[in-house]
Amino acid sequence: MHWLKYLYRDRRLIVMVPLNLGIVASSMRGVTNSYESIQTVTVGAGGQTTISFTTIPGTYKHLQLRGIALSASAGAVVYANYNSDTGANYARHRLVGAGGNPPNAFGASGQTTFSIFGDLTGTAATPSPAGVVMDVLDYTNTNKLTTTRIFCGADRNGSGEVELISSLWNNTAAVTRIDLTIGGSVSSFAQYTQFALYGIKG
Amino acid sequence: MPSTYDKIQTTTLGSSTQFITFSGIPATYTDLVLIFQCTGASVNMNWDIRVGNGTVDSGSNYSATYLVGGSGGASSNRTSNQNTLRLGFSAFIQSSGGVFTAITQIMNYANTTTNKTVISRDGNANQDVVEAAVGLWRSTSAIDIITMGDFGGATMAAGTTATLYGIKAA
Repeated sequence: MHWLKYLYRDRRLIVMVPLNLGIVASSMRGVTNSYESIQTVTVGAGGQTTISFTTIPGTYKHLQLRGIALSASAGAVVYANYNSDTGANYARHRLVGAGGNPPNAFGASGQTTFSIFGDLTGTAATPSPAGVVMDVLDYTNTNKLTTTRIFCGADRNGSGEVELISSLWNNTAAVTRIDLTIGGSVSSFAQYTQFALYGIKG
Repeated sequence: MPSTYDKIQTTTLGSSTQFITFSGIPATYTDLVLIFQCTGASVNMNWDIRVGNGTVDSGSNYSATYLVGGSGGASSNRTSNQNTLRLGFSAFIQSSGGVFTAITQIMNYANTTTNKTVISRDGNANQDVVEAAVGLWRSTSAIDIITMGDFGGATMAAGTTATLYGIKAA
């Protein structure tokens, strides 16, 4: 190892530099997890009208909500609210591909909630769920409004749609609670719906 | 704190190859994330996957809906009753090169009560195409094997990479 140059800071090895070969290794203070599971909700038999993630810790940089969703019939819409705010403080834009042309685009402001999926699959003998990945960016920052981006879709072998969504919560408060509700053709999430909330460290 | 986002398997092709297969996928995660990057093929080819339990399903049990965009505008398309899940629909892998990249989310892959939903985003800047897709595998079996490539016989170029990650909910 005589060909390595050792660099130290505060008596801690920070990098080993080969004299002629460039950097080959750098020290790590110990691997830590940057992506952690916070809470998971699974809907049982009988359904559930609201899925809530409460007391979200402020110790992460971003949140990611991942899940599959089922409803009793097609056409159901999943909505989200932050911190129990049901005022007209949400805006959203949706780009929707439903197999026809041209694709559809929607925008709305002054809403009392925002949709995270617009056309859930109905339950059947073998249900086909919607898939959703939702990122809540910089959710603890109290100096700016909260932006959310969503990628979701459901296919029913001949129908269904895929969506890209962005939403704005017109509030600078840190997000400490997320509530998911379902509307449109139904009033409750069906069995086997599952959402899991994760924290991503900065 | 237990790890929640793990690398399960990764492959880098050392030579031109038709398929990449991840088998023996453990059922201990909630979702799978597949990151795929391909720099060329023997002939222009779509990127298809098949999934299964033990062996991949080659039946007509796959369908998908697409949202496609490029400088020529936006469009949407749909397939049904296919024997592969075509995730690269308008963006394909070119024999002339250009990087095709995809990030694919395989949701709740191990449950045995629902069909399996996949949401995927891919693109190839060389083709001026970006797309989003939702796919369905009509089976309640847990997924423990994934094969990707071109089922018509084209091969992917050396240097192609695929990595499978598992995400575990508490």
